[in-house]
Amino acid sequence: MEKVEAQKTEEQFENPIKEFWDMFCQNKGAVIGLGIIVFFVLVALLAPLIAPYSPSELQANALRFPPAFLKGGDSRFFFGTDDVGRDLLSRLIYGARISMGVGFMVVFLSASVGTVLGLFAGYLGGKVDWFIMRFVDILMAFPSILLAIVVVSVMGPGLMNAVIAVAVVACPTFIRIVRASAMAERKKQYVMASKTFGASPMRIMFSEILPNCMAPLIVQISLGFSDGILNAAALGFLGLGAQAPTPEWGIMLADARAFISSDPWLVTLPGLCILLVVLGFNLFGDGLRDTLDPRLKK
Amino acid sequence: MLAFTLKRLGDLIPTLVGVSLLSFFVIRLVPGDPVMLLLGERGADPKVYREMKKELGLDRPVINQYGSFVLSTLKGDLGRSIISKRKVTEEFFGRFPATLELGLCALIFATLIGIPLGILAALKRNSFFDYFLMGGSLIGYSMPIFWWGLILIIIFSVGLGLTPVSGRIDVVYEIKTLTGFYLIDTLLDSELISDEGFAPFRSAINHLILPAIAMGTIPLAVLARMTRSSMLEVLGEDYIRTARAKGLPYKKVILVHALRNALIPIITVLGLMFGSIITGAILTETIFSWPGIGKWLVASINARDYPVIQGGVLFIATMVVVINLSVDFIYALVNPKMRQ
Repeated sequence: MEKVEAQKTEEQFENPIKEFWDMFCQNKGAVIGLGIIVFFVLVALLAPLIAPYSPSELQANALRFPPAFLKGGDSRFFFGTDDVGRDLLSRLIYGARISMGVGFMVVFLSASVGTVLGLFAGYLGGKVDWFIMRFVDILMAFPSILLAIVVVSVMGPGLMNAVIAVAVVACPTFIRIVRASAMAERKKQYVMASKTFGASPMRIMFSEILPNCMAPLIVQISLGFSDGILNAAALGFLGLGAQAPTPEWGIMLADARAFISSDPWLVTLPGLCILLVVLGFNLFGDGLRDTLDPRLKK
Repeated sequence: MLAFTLKRLGDLIPTLVGVSLLSFFVIRLVPGDPVMLLLGERGADPKVYREMKKELGLDRPVINQYGSFVLSTLKGDLGRSIISKRKVTEEFFGRFPATLELGLCALIFATLIGIPLGILAALKRNSFFDYFLMGGSLIGYSMPIFWWGLILIIIFSVGLGLTPVSGRIDVVYEIKTLTGFYLIDTLLDSELISDEGFAPFRSAINHLILPAIAMGTIPLAVLARMTRSSMLEVLGEDYIRTARAKGLPYKKVILVHALRNALIPIITVLGLMFGSIITGAILTETIFSWPGIGKWLVASINARDYPVIQGGVLFIATMVVVINLSVDFIYALVNPKMRQ
């Protein structure tokens, strides 16, 4: 009899991770998004193993070959070659490394700074909140690419500076999201209880409140990847981000513009990669939001 | 409402001070000596160097520099471009109509297509059409517009030969600047019309189509998604059921009762889109060689024309702040719940 009871409770309290996964899998878009992300992460990690050539290797007598599946293509170069004879497929594969790396760095920087400032603003309130929110207002007054351009014009063009610029642009969203959750949590009883036990504000913020702000934060991290990758590629395209000969998708697009009428695939493929990665993170983020925030489901 | 107005106006001041500080320090935070950077090798002549430094006001203490920067900005003077030697304000307002014309057309394109599609998706919720549309809008939302613009050129300009690749109008036409909007100027200039008929107007439209589509794609996707969710929320309200129950025709309930209420948040979103329109302009104008603010700023950055960067950035940021505030006020007027 006791055994049956025990089994019942186990069924009632299903493993939360499994429950989350089951709900997540019901969202087809989210699963597709996750698939795209996993694909590009694998490509980025395994780049040296799967790329047929080095991204900077010049192929003699192979300038602007069309992709292998088109007329005039060469089976050695599946996606063809660019204007100086580099294998496009290899450059796209190494480009995944850069884009994923950029996305990760941008999210890491903006999410950590944004979380700390957001917690301070939301939990401490008062003057601290006022100052942080005015800082947010100032940053939000600059349209995203414009702010990134300002930061880059101060620090000079380059991949690392572009990452910092894009991270600055992404900060306000993280601050606002964490602040909003922290403000809601601060009045709850478990925070009061923790205070009565004499916990320091730091402890309350980081070990009590933060874990309860995770749901919207995780969603924003996924969406932050897509914004970060898109903005960094835009800076690369404008010549303000990574510099040639880095195999970055934005620069590859900018370089290919001169051949837009003769060799359209040089323009098409790098942009398609950007679109796919960004779409993947957006699908995944939307799916996470639906799963983590059941209130939105009607 | 008065308390709300005062509080928002109070918050505006530190924001504007911050924006002015940020634009001011752009030119001063550049590593190394900006004068040397600008002069390059010619900087070897100490006389030229001193003159340049004086011209930029860099020979005085920073606090004095900021003070006179704020004073002259309030008087409407943003300095002169180092490259063209013309006033920054003059250059800005000479180019702004081009960006505004493009931005407005992009928004009209986005609104005219995005809102009806959003309504249809909400009415046919969970149908194939709904899924197709929401999938499409997510692709539109993820679109790198600097690539999308190039793809449009490949298809419509290179492939089909339908539209020109760059500029605002064919170079053969000389347009007198009346409003700065070529779509209007080509129709107002009676001399031009008697000489060329409507050809200049058609040329202006042809040049405008692709950039407007490229720039309007992300707003279109955002509007379609917003309209759908806003519509779904309103359609679940009791007053919709009441309207249906008392026998009003379906069309009337949707278009009058539901749409009017669903449009409130959508109009707010439209108002707040000014910032993303500028971001779109920077990329779209670069691709289509559209002679507006975006292309001008990118060129100034590449040329290290610091007064232009400083002035242009300050201008745009101030506009964003003021527009966002106005949207807030309008929203608070319409919706009293927002005033708290």
